[in-house]
Amino acid sequence: MINESRRGFMGKAFGAVAAVGAVASLVAMKKSWDPLPSVMAAGFTTVDMSKLTDNKLEIVKWQGKPIFLLRFGADMPPVEKRSVKVGQHYYAVMIGLCTHLGCIPAYRDTTKDFKCACHGGEFTAAGVQKFGPPPIPLHIPPFSIKDENTIVLGESGPEYQSLIASLSTDTNIA
Amino acid sequence: MAEFEKANSIGEWFDQRLNVKAFTKVMMTEYWIPKNINFLWAMGALLVMLFKLLLITGIFLLMYYKPDVNLAFDSVNYTIMQEVGYGWLFRNIHGVGASVVFLIIYIHMFTAIYYGSYKKGREMIWLSGMLLFVLFSAEGFSGYMLPWGQMSYWAAYVITEIFGGIPFIGDELVVWIRGNFYVADATLTRFFMLHVLLIPIAIIGAIAFHFYTLRFPHVNNEEGEFFDYHAESKKYLAGDKAHSKVIAFWPDFLSKDIMVIALFMVFFFYLVFYNNGFAMDPVNFDKADSMKTPAHIYPEWYFLWSYEVLRGFFFEIGGISGKDLGLMAFGFAQGIFLVLPWLDRSPMVKPANQRPVFKYWFWLLMADLFVLTIFGKLPPTGINAWVGFFSSITFLGLFISLPFLSKIEAKMAGGK
Repeated sequence: MINESRRGFMGKAFGAVAAVGAVASLVAMKKSWDPLPSVMAAGFTTVDMSKLTDNKLEIVKWQGKPIFLLRFGADMPPVEKRSVKVGQHYYAVMIGLCTHLGCIPAYRDTTKDFKCACHGGEFTAAGVQKFGPPPIPLHIPPFSIKDENTIVLGESGPEYQSLIASLSTDTNIA
Repeated sequence: MAEFEKANSIGEWFDQRLNVKAFTKVMMTEYWIPKNINFLWAMGALLVMLFKLLLITGIFLLMYYKPDVNLAFDSVNYTIMQEVGYGWLFRNIHGVGASVVFLIIYIHMFTAIYYGSYKKGREMIWLSGMLLFVLFSAEGFSGYMLPWGQMSYWAAYVITEIFGGIPFIGDELVVWIRGNFYVADATLTRFFMLHVLLIPIAIIGAIAFHFYTLRFPHVNNEEGEFFDYHAESKKYLAGDKAHSKVIAFWPDFLSKDIMVIALFMVFFFYLVFYNNGFAMDPVNFDKADSMKTPAHIYPEWYFLWSYEVLRGFFFEIGGISGKDLGLMAFGFAQGIFLVLPWLDRSPMVKPANQRPVFKYWFWLLMADLFVLTIFGKLPPTGINAWVGFFSSITFLGLFISLPFLSKIEAKMAGGK
């Protein structure tokens, strides 16, 4: 009998060591597929807003996506729950991918709206859909306001969070 | 050590060491196949042939392909297509083969459904076959990414984006799968590894397992007849081949298969040389660009039916968004074929046309998959969106109703 219990103990000990090893290997394997530190560092884009002029669209690249930055002129009233105030001006800060099928809409400064060439969707200057197939407004990327001229895309600042909180009752969140 | 006598021939020398004669008997000359079958039973051997072609051409492509976002596109479209001797041929065979292998997989799969070859002891054949279908799908998807054209890129983008629909972990999961916030170099290199190493190894293992699952239940036949293989094989071995219901895997069955393969290869190489455009999307001859989406993104033809199920739900129902409904329906469509042996509760193993209820179900499913495939390629606007919606609903309805329909059929059969 004493042999049997020894054998049982050996089996359990072997099983426990193997299980710890298996879990540890899985953790290492999982980590190997995580985005690299260099990729994570590139996940933030700092934008100098002082270079923007009224009613002229700037596109910057953030995490491989086009980001629309549009400074509202005096004749363009800010839109509640959409416009972002940085320093003296109101801006539209949006991911420039049509919420229909991901094409990149073009800005028309005469009519002050976006037009998507793929399926004819149209958005207002603040990114709210007004015609065609897009189901929801353009998404707003996480951002934080550093000073009156600088925002960082990819950081979730208090302004962004209050914006998202006010949207949580709508279907407007990514 | 065992006693070895001096061998009188090379054959005997190997037989002493590897038991070749007994092995050949078990695997080939005394592995029994029913006689009552037709050309549809050759699809398995045909798939093995196509897999071999893909493997060999893949090895040659691998020698010049470069898995790097800056080099991949040119290594395929310039180096392989224009510089490497017969590189274009290897690529055409690989591309056309990848497309055609799905055609044969679907014929193989719907032959099994039509003849009820997934029931009464053949469940493991069906399950291992569906595992192969999943592996081939993953292999097709990962391979499609490698030329790094616009369609490669955006197909990869859309498909990986689908995982974002999984509750709670979705967003992080997408970034983890891609190794970046968007489809990038890390994505290309890991899917390259999957395409040339891990998935092929898994496929080879799964093929061996799929063969093994056939061993005990045996291959189904045209009438779904169950008979005593032992008795029938005795007749065959005694020389009464005319009255035996079985033939040997080799040389009888395989020679028929080789005949079908030979005929098919004429068609296959016609496609490779003269009509390969269907496997070479023009959009994919533009280099991948993360800042420019093609006007219309669609998958290869063999994924269109499930893509259409994904897109079919485009409006909110009962507080659940169209996007989420589409994802749920898509998940359902991916998994539901797997449990077919347990959804079909009728004990009949017969061709569909001899089953009073199942025949309507089968042909309706065929028609629905056809419609889904056609509309999966069209832009989802206006009437197309509604056709997509109703054919997706039909797909779900067919599988949800199958347990009840097959139960009715079982009662009808029992009553007679």
